[in-house]
Amino acid sequence: MTPMQAWRDKKVIMSKVEIGRTVKRLAHEIVEKNFGVKDLVIIGIQTRGVHLGRRILKEIIDAGLADGITNIPFGTLDINLYRDDVGTLSSPPQIRETEIAFDIVGKKIVLVDDVIFTGRSIRAALDELMDFGRPRNIQLAVLVDRGHRELPIEPNFTGKKFITSMDEFIDVELEESDGQDRVVLKEKTQ
Amino acid sequence: MQLRQKDLLGIEHLDRKEIELILEAAKPFKSLFTRSIKKVPTLRGKTVVNLFYEPSTRTRTSFEIAAKRLSADVVNIAVSSSSVVKGESLIDTGKTMEAMKADFIVIRHSLAGAPAVLARNLNSSIINAGDGFHEHPTQGLLDLFTIREKKRKIEGLTVLLVGDILHSRVAKSNIWGLIKMGARVRVSGPPTLIPSGIENMGVEVNYNLDEALKGVDVVNILRIQLERQQENLFPSVHEYMELYQMTRERLANARPDVLVMHPGPMNRGIEISSEVADSPAAVINEQVTNGIAVRMAVLYLLSGRFQPNKKTDRGIHE
Repeated sequence: MTPMQAWRDKKVIMSKVEIGRTVKRLAHEIVEKNFGVKDLVIIGIQTRGVHLGRRILKEIIDAGLADGITNIPFGTLDINLYRDDVGTLSSPPQIRETEIAFDIVGKKIVLVDDVIFTGRSIRAALDELMDFGRPRNIQLAVLVDRGHRELPIEPNFTGKKFITSMDEFIDVELEESDGQDRVVLKEKTQ
Repeated sequence: MQLRQKDLLGIEHLDRKEIELILEAAKPFKSLFTRSIKKVPTLRGKTVVNLFYEPSTRTRTSFEIAAKRLSADVVNIAVSSSSVVKGESLIDTGKTMEAMKADFIVIRHSLAGAPAVLARNLNSSIINAGDGFHEHPTQGLLDLFTIREKKRKIEGLTVLLVGDILHSRVAKSNIWGLIKMGARVRVSGPPTLIPSGIENMGVEVNYNLDEALKGVDVVNILRIQLERQQENLFPSVHEYMELYQMTRERLANARPDVLVMHPGPMNRGIEISSEVADSPAAVINEQVTNGIAVRMAVLYLLSGRFQPNKKTDRGIHE
């Protein structure tokens, strides 16, 4: 979704190489903290969290972190039906696919998103996941933490912390959806 | 992309993009039905009033389930038990519902245009659940959804509507929707039950059902209202069956992969043989399931319209 105001690029805060490196580190941290990949599942939040989640999964397999386990379950989550502001938006957001084709009961879920800001998306994601069952735990991995939390929610795995002002906007661009890999800090034009 | 109006009064007023928006939005709602918890909190705190001036079980139940799966509160008002029988006007009833903070009013009325009257006079979103012989837009949309799901497209298909086109709001909504989506539409039925001048809508008329079925991808069989016979619009039920009942033999005239639809409730053995109704070509029960998904999509898409621009959207990164 494009924000309503006009935005211009202020600064590239992560390059393709840095994103690649960070995804690698996140994959290693996740496996380390969980003592392997037993009972681990990865769920990406639509849409860029899905791309990042897949990359993390691929890294876990490719780097041989999975002890030969190749079928780590992967799911996608669209949180829009669980938002707390649907009635106040001028147009309801487009809903994308939620596909969790496995039982999450007793699983260790790593939830992946591109940016954490107020924490409200994650609140919605947690509520939605609970409707699927009772996981053993839910952990959160994000590429960028831009601060300004409005809820007591913190990521377990953070790619980059970058404190922004409210007039700024973090735009994560990924090859899968945007044709290139970069994270850009944007600011309002007016 | 959003709907341009706060109400859904008819498919006639939608453009192709809006129809596609609704059909796309219905997909994720349908996928909810496979979850153990089929309910999402999206419309928590919203109120949906089902205001039915005509008896209806299927449509009312479908709207009720759709609203409840979105966590809205639902109130059902049936005319026989309401103050309407005490002489209250439609607009006053509507204003009363609005004063009770109804966000949506789903209305069925025997008079064409009744939902439009409410829409003009109220801020609540009005959804037409069937008005006279005019339109039944959510039925039209769920038929389009079902066709698109099964055939992967609508454009270029040939769709035949059979039966009482004259008195059918389902037929009108289907015709508007199908034409806007680029399908070829044919109608067949007794000449007394086909409105004159319907060709002007871009519809082909063929009173001979066997001929009309040739090359058809989808056949939508309308319910024959038996009371029409008393109005002498067709000579006898038996004759109707002879000429227009969809039988297996007759259906063989259509394309081999023809899809058989019926908006329900069916008169088995009258407009449709049991053999056809229970055949693999029939998607009648799926239409019912899809109806809930499509109605959820409509409620969802109309829900953003109450306080436009009250708060600046913050984009998706929260």
